[in-house]
Amino acid sequence: MEFFSAKHVDKVFATTKALSDVSISVNQQSIFGLLGPNGAGKTTLIRIINQITAPDSGEIFLEGHKLKASDVARIGYLPEERGLYKKMKIGEQAIYLAQLKGLSKHDATRNLKHWFEKFEIMPWWNKKIEELSKGMQQKVQFITTVVHKPKLLIFDEPFSGFDPINANLLKKEILQLRDEGATIIFSTHNMSSVEELCDHIALINKSEKIVDGPTDEIRQRYKQNIFEVKYRGNYEEVEKNLGQKMKILAHSEEKNENRIKIQFLNGDSNNQLIQTLLPVAEIVSFEEIIPGMNDVFITAVEESNKSKTN
Amino acid sequence: MNKTLLILKQEYLKRVKKKSFIVLTLLIPFLFAGMFALIIYLSINNDKEERTIAVYDESQLFLGELEQEGYTTFHFIPEEEYEHLKSNLKGSEFYALLYIPANIYSANVARLLSVKQVPIELSEQIERKLSRFIENDKRMKVVEETGIPDLEDRLAATRTSVKLSTLKISESGETKKSSSTIAFIASYAMGFIIYFFVFMYGSMVMRSVMEEKKSRIIEVIISSVKPIQLMAGKIIGTALVGLTQVAIWVVLGIMALTVVQGLFTPESAQQMGQSIMESQQAMNPAVSQAAGQNQVAEVLEMIGNLNLPLILFAFVFYFLIGYLMYSSLLGAVGAAVDSDEDAQQLVFPVTIPLILSIMLLFPIARNPEGPVAFWGSIIPFTSPVAMLARVPYGIPAWELILSMVLLLLTTVGTIWVAAKIYRTGILMYGKKVNLRELIKWVRYKS
Repeated sequence: MEFFSAKHVDKVFATTKALSDVSISVNQQSIFGLLGPNGAGKTTLIRIINQITAPDSGEIFLEGHKLKASDVARIGYLPEERGLYKKMKIGEQAIYLAQLKGLSKHDATRNLKHWFEKFEIMPWWNKKIEELSKGMQQKVQFITTVVHKPKLLIFDEPFSGFDPINANLLKKEILQLRDEGATIIFSTHNMSSVEELCDHIALINKSEKIVDGPTDEIRQRYKQNIFEVKYRGNYEEVEKNLGQKMKILAHSEEKNENRIKIQFLNGDSNNQLIQTLLPVAEIVSFEEIIPGMNDVFITAVEESNKSKTN
Repeated sequence: MNKTLLILKQEYLKRVKKKSFIVLTLLIPFLFAGMFALIIYLSINNDKEERTIAVYDESQLFLGELEQEGYTTFHFIPEEEYEHLKSNLKGSEFYALLYIPANIYSANVARLLSVKQVPIELSEQIERKLSRFIENDKRMKVVEETGIPDLEDRLAATRTSVKLSTLKISESGETKKSSSTIAFIASYAMGFIIYFFVFMYGSMVMRSVMEEKKSRIIEVIISSVKPIQLMAGKIIGTALVGLTQVAIWVVLGIMALTVVQGLFTPESAQQMGQSIMESQQAMNPAVSQAAGQNQVAEVLEMIGNLNLPLILFAFVFYFLIGYLMYSSLLGAVGAAVDSDEDAQQLVFPVTIPLILSIMLLFPIARNPEGPVAFWGSIIPFTSPVAMLARVPYGIPAWELILSMVLLLLTTVGTIWVAAKIYRTGILMYGKKVNLRELIKWVRYKS
């Protein structure tokens, strides 16, 4: 079920196009990855969703109705460039920020205590932000993002500034928030976390959306007919048999097992490959290589850049 | 709770709870009072040094006439010693050397030699003494020559000194005792206080905006509230801090006045009044001519005769609106820059009119109805300070209204411009801003 959507959003800053005709649709209780190179327009789109800037044209919908000013209470936003009031006490500050999101002082205090205990940072309540390490500050920042139980969460590079242990903790929290009903928009350059977390992605390049779909489907879409085969047998004979139709990308030999990476050059089927190999090798394993998000990202962006310059 | 109110409360409490606010608020009146007391003390007890002056009296007229005068002692010496002292005054027991020539009656010139610069009071004192003696002596001769009985007394009776008591006719036809000195002091004080407040609290708003931008919390905040709400909460909250400070001072002032009135008997008040007036005369004779004989009671009466409700109303109005105008502009500056250095560059053009208006204070005090005063108090950027400096002297209603309306309209304009710059600036990093860039921001659609 669709929870959030942006339809045909355009935004121009002076002479530079930030977004042109961008539409995305995010399902309820899913994690949506918003990807793209630096300066592609992601932050502008995120700021439009947060009503920090208004689009020149296009519309934003939340749960079927047009986004309105009071919706800020239903959105939690962790910006990439973040910070807190350095001289303010942490507890006081967190309550203030929660109140700005529309919580009463009482509810804010109760929710915050819950989160502070969960993250084991209750002793910091009366400390000032400037006394904390950067990682600790990030924890507080994360709490202030989710304390008002927003239905839509927007995380822009949430893991930056966290050590691997805390990053993992955060990942678990994000997944749990989703399981508890939140819908999440997630922007990052860390492609392995995209594979791990995102149900759906959209890739924006130079103000235009170039790829959009479920993460698995997109990886499938960008497969390049590459297979990894492990077999027992003679490498030269295999090479001879494969001939011109298939290209061997890599080869390694370990004990008496060979491992090769093969790419089909024209629409051959898996069976054809197996047939070609069977007479000369004993196949141990056979696997199609699905490209990682990293490869998808690079391929998609390069293709789009090429088609634009042409 | 309304979000603007929430921000307002936060900004207000953050500042009022600071130790430095409490300390400064309590300390500033004492600092000012202390400074004022020190000036008065120094000017009253200015010259208490005991000096001995050697006198060589060629005319042979003054022996026995010049002896002791206040802290000054005169010691007569013969010619040889005079010649010797002339080149050896330094290191001798004498402070100065007075030479009265034989022809003092006709030439009216004597000479005072000294190593150090002689204080003006001392030289005036000696001049007075010599003049008085010669005058008396001449008069005695005239009296003797003419032989008219009681001439001396009759001449003495001709001496006249006119005091000017200034009264102002109000629109209702009443006359009230006014004092240009009191109005002058009030005018200066008002002008300075407004300047000080607008500048201080305007800069506070600017620093607060810069802090939010530099710490990068701004993006989180404006994803919760509209920039205009944030700005409004900040500006109003800070203004309330200023008003709180004024309120504390007014209460302290009333308390202090009550104590002072209880402490001084009428006689001591009279003495003090006189010494204050004298010291003022000594400091600035041109201004306080009319106030020469006034006493504390009279001073208090004249303070009462200033239009205090109008002054208070004008103060609150011009402080609030002037502050609103400048703080919105300074807030925009804070949003436009990344660093303190860049801020300095932009603060200067914004505050030039404010600094200029301080320089207008003196011409306004000299002539509160003159063209400088008129235009200064009409043009919105200088009017908060200039008009407040004029109000104690009394001001035509139409000028006051015109000035207020113009200031209000301009303030609405500056807030509109500032809001545009603010909302673009707070999310803009690493860009060197200049005037052209700012104008571009103002033209952006939201």
